[in-house]
Amino acid sequence: MNAVSIKGVSKQFKAGVTALQGIDLDVEPGEFVSLIGPSGCGKSTLLRIIGDLTKPTAGTVEVNGKPAERARRDHEYGIVFQDAVLYDWRTVAKNISLPLELLHWSRSKRNARIRDMLELVELSGFENHHPWQLSGGMQQRVSIARALSFSPSLLLMDEPFGALDEMTRERLNAELLGIWQETGSTVVFVTHSIPEAVFLSTRVVVMSARPGRVAGLIEVDLPQPRTSATREEPHFFELVTQVREQLAAAGAPLGETQEPALVEDQA
Amino acid sequence: MSAIAVEPSKRGIAGALPRAAARAALLVAGLALLWGIWEGYRWLGIRGHWTWPFEVNDTNMPHISKIWHAFGQPLQPDGPPLRHYLWHWAIFTGKEALAGFVLGAAIGFFLAVALSQSKVVRRGVLPYIVVSQTVPILAIAPMVVVGLGTKGVTPWVSVAVIAAYLTFFPVAINTLRGLLSPDPEALELMRSYAAGRWKILWRLRVPTSLPYVFSALKISATASVIGAIIGETPASLQGGLGYAIVNFNQYYTIQPANLWATIIVCALLGIVFFLAIVVLERLVLKRAPENFA
Repeated sequence: MNAVSIKGVSKQFKAGVTALQGIDLDVEPGEFVSLIGPSGCGKSTLLRIIGDLTKPTAGTVEVNGKPAERARRDHEYGIVFQDAVLYDWRTVAKNISLPLELLHWSRSKRNARIRDMLELVELSGFENHHPWQLSGGMQQRVSIARALSFSPSLLLMDEPFGALDEMTRERLNAELLGIWQETGSTVVFVTHSIPEAVFLSTRVVVMSARPGRVAGLIEVDLPQPRTSATREEPHFFELVTQVREQLAAAGAPLGETQEPALVEDQA
Repeated sequence: MSAIAVEPSKRGIAGALPRAAARAALLVAGLALLWGIWEGYRWLGIRGHWTWPFEVNDTNMPHISKIWHAFGQPLQPDGPPLRHYLWHWAIFTGKEALAGFVLGAAIGFFLAVALSQSKVVRRGVLPYIVVSQTVPILAIAPMVVVGLGTKGVTPWVSVAVIAAYLTFFPVAINTLRGLLSPDPEALELMRSYAAGRWKILWRLRVPTSLPYVFSALKISATASVIGAIIGETPASLQGGLGYAIVNFNQYYTIQPANLWATIIVCALLGIVFFLAIVVLERLVLKRAPENFA
């Protein structure tokens, strides 16, 4: 059974813009798949369709063999956005605890899990801090801990490190890989960054814009576990080049991709 | 990892005392400035025979010292001093205002919760809520007092209802805005957990709305005092500041300081209400410092 199975998914917005057209994609359990493409290629929309946060106009999505809506109701996935979306009035521990409360976990079970999650994202000792007392990178780690707190088998990430500086981003990349290996979860990861996609993924899905389509799939056969040394290997650069060429072939203007932000943000 | 932690600013006890002293000094300076403006204007106005916008004389602008003196003067021969009466009137009006404030805030809050749940209801009901505030309170007040009076409601409760009428509106409007203000992603997060309408309301919308609620409560706190004072007048309710104002107005040409003293007490009552909300906000809200006004 696939972790995610997308068949013939299209998405049209009311304004008549076709965000996605005829997307077919299967993600196997334990895979780390990145969606990369220019702004407006609908990668965030696709992620939201997997999470049943928006409905496709055509096609079907299954998560762990269930229709997307059922999967959402069964808490099959955790999600991380570009902003940490932490609740200001809750402490770090209480933020991580939020999905557990909604799932009616007992207090003792919650506390034990919060401790584990804080350890996982290396934030032990910060449980009683409030979000505004943390740096952006720390906030995003809390957000990841929250997404994983109830042990979903699937983690959806929408440019989670996009707002962070390069150094923090690379460190969090490495940490995320560690978490991924420790938890064995499946990850679908949306990003703008080619090196990030290559470093993290077992497979990179290159998308084209207007309408959003799958333009190519690239297997990333860099050995695990990956470290900062991985970024210096010749094969890493070969793969980066490969992704870049596919993006160019897909018609993505490389460098800056200026868009009227309406297409995928207003979903 | 902890190296990038931004530690919360430690508020030591050592810094607290000088800060309190500075605040007290600022308060005294502010009062001194007000005194200076009043007496300065008075002095210039009397010397220059100003008649616009009003004639400056001992009746229109008594000395601050005269007003201060009035607090200690007996109202009737051999009776207790004015401050004794003012204290009791303030307690009386304060009770009305507090009851009105609590009632109005509760109505406003739950009205906003109801309105937040449906756009259709919002479109239908909101205009009438706005219209309710365009009706002059002085016209409604006697109706409320008489209407409730025939049902056997004690007059001070009727006045509280009038105060509530002024209180609920800012609370309803601001709370509604707060309830509708969560980020789309915060709502998506709740949706990803398959949280229902009520869980989203209590775990996301209500906490998000609290800074808005407190802004409204600050406005309403002072409005409820005004509402109670205004409500007493058409109700001909004795024993409160509103009645005192009407009464002292009639004797203004003889004893202007009495009215001014009453006005000062009204202002102090409003300030007490306002500060109570500020303290409550500090206790309840756990937000980033920039969320406090």
